[in-house]
Amino acid sequence: MAAAEIDIRYVAHLARIALTPDEEKKLAAQLGGILGYIEKLKELDVANVEPTAHAVPMVNVTRADEIRPSLLHEDALRNAPKQANGLFIVPKIVE
Amino acid sequence: MLNQLTISELAAKLAQCEVSAREVVQSCLDQIARVDGKIHAFISHDSADALAQADAADKQISSGATHAQKPLLGIPIAVKDVLAVKNQPLNCGSKILGKFISPYDATAIEKLKAAGAIVFGRLNMDEFAMGSSTENSAFGTTRNPWDISRIPGGSSGGSAAAVAADECIASLGTDTGGSIRQPAALCGCVGLKPTYGRISRYGLVAFASSLDQIGPFTKDVRDSATLLGVLSGVDPRDSTSVPQPVPNYAAALDGKIKGLKLGLPKEYLIGGLDPEVKAAVDAAVKQIEKLGAEIVEISLPHTDYAVATYYIVATAEASANLARFDGIRYGLRVDGSDPAELYSKTRGAGFGAEVKRRIILGTYVLSSGYYDAYYLRAQKVRTLIRNDFLKAFETVDAIVTPTTPTAAFKIGEKSDDPLQMYLSDIFTISCNLAGICGVSVPCGFTKSPKLPIGLQLLGKPFGEEMLLKIAHAYEQGTGRHKEKPPLSTAA
Repeated sequence: MAAAEIDIRYVAHLARIALTPDEEKKLAAQLGGILGYIEKLKELDVANVEPTAHAVPMVNVTRADEIRPSLLHEDALRNAPKQANGLFIVPKIVE
Repeated sequence: MLNQLTISELAAKLAQCEVSAREVVQSCLDQIARVDGKIHAFISHDSADALAQADAADKQISSGATHAQKPLLGIPIAVKDVLAVKNQPLNCGSKILGKFISPYDATAIEKLKAAGAIVFGRLNMDEFAMGSSTENSAFGTTRNPWDISRIPGGSSGGSAAAVAADECIASLGTDTGGSIRQPAALCGCVGLKPTYGRISRYGLVAFASSLDQIGPFTKDVRDSATLLGVLSGVDPRDSTSVPQPVPNYAAALDGKIKGLKLGLPKEYLIGGLDPEVKAAVDAAVKQIEKLGAEIVEISLPHTDYAVATYYIVATAEASANLARFDGIRYGLRVDGSDPAELYSKTRGAGFGAEVKRRIILGTYVLSSGYYDAYYLRAQKVRTLIRNDFLKAFETVDAIVTPTTPTAAFKIGEKSDDPLQMYLSDIFTISCNLAGICGVSVPCGFTKSPKLPIGLQLLGKPFGEEMLLKIAHAYEQGTGRHKEKPPLSTAA
């Protein structure tokens, strides 16, 4: 079975990664090869198989509802590329 | 040379006050100064901080603290650049984290410190743990201490090379598809990937959350058992850590493996397996038989589908996990006229080629119209792979395989062919998909050049005690773990 054609620009947009034209070309070719290899999974009949999301399934995990110290405000901001008045500075979102 | 000793050897000397922690740390720092220019296992290390920790450990020893209470007291342990250590840099081998300094300790690091360890250094790795050669680091390539024209394996290549070259006594790495076992095999040390959920992942920067596990690199199996005992246990800050009791792993190393049954999967003896690797593994299997264990052929019929399954599951999870690197709260920022442009430019400039490739592949397999065909199907095949192992473990106590199909390859040999690079993980990947445990121990060398070969043992979920017992019994019979790369011991 032939691999699906990958629309590299569209997927890079979904992933929010700016690519140069060279990167687009190289990645599209490499991903074509990898997707071709991945097609082999279609050889298997998985109609009656349950999916595995986690090898050790755990459900309803909770922890004690206690007040504990958390990250200090200044520690949370310490690595910010831009900050002012105790806030992260971002480009304008709403006109 | 103190830096060449194991944790158990040093603990005995420190307890008797034969040596000080300062002397131990200094011997590691001297070795780094001597060899790391050639190997480049470390991205950075803070000598003054390591010595200050050593002085604090010496003070504790002189005021009566014992290794029974603190098994790692005074032992220098270096850390892969993917684990948060408070007030130390954290880069994940990437440019995108900029000058990030960790505001807190990972749980694994807290546990090391509580056990008295001297936690120092940032060990090189493939960017965000994506790779099998440490060539994908933004901080340069790490070299194999046995032959510096070759790769050390990856993604925890720095962790393996640093232990093999005696630049530290032990180290921590992480294993998502073989990133502990493969470099341990290629550098000639012991690398353990515990069962998923055995060690808390809190403070580990996530690559693929359902596959990632932290584990130790050590110079022998006993040290691996000691570190596993320190690191294991449930953690309220990681809801996937499992509340299983933590046994005394080191106490189980009694050399008695008579009557145990080990499976040899026929699917692992494939074309592409180097004849020297095959010969070394065959000899190891004979040795294990001689120790009284029974070897039987088993089948893991879905082995051939593991790499394809892995590169869907792991990249899908990575595409979600790495969405957090957007230039807003930390790290690199490349400005844009609106947030979307800022994200794209920042990620385009900050991520390296392999990380972009995997995020885009992961985004694709999760995207509308392809989810069922790729991601859901891969999760179902994952069930088949897991069932293969659970069925095998109904009749055998452990499984024995080569860790890698070949010894260390040359730098640059596979870097332009991602699929060939992925296929080098063929023997280690299933273990993560199945959520079981695995260890690689040295089992021989190729002739010319002399390069280490690894034997992989795979165990039942939470079967580390049995796994390490077998690995230890085998190791004691060979003495191969004591061989050092010439570069490490040359005057």
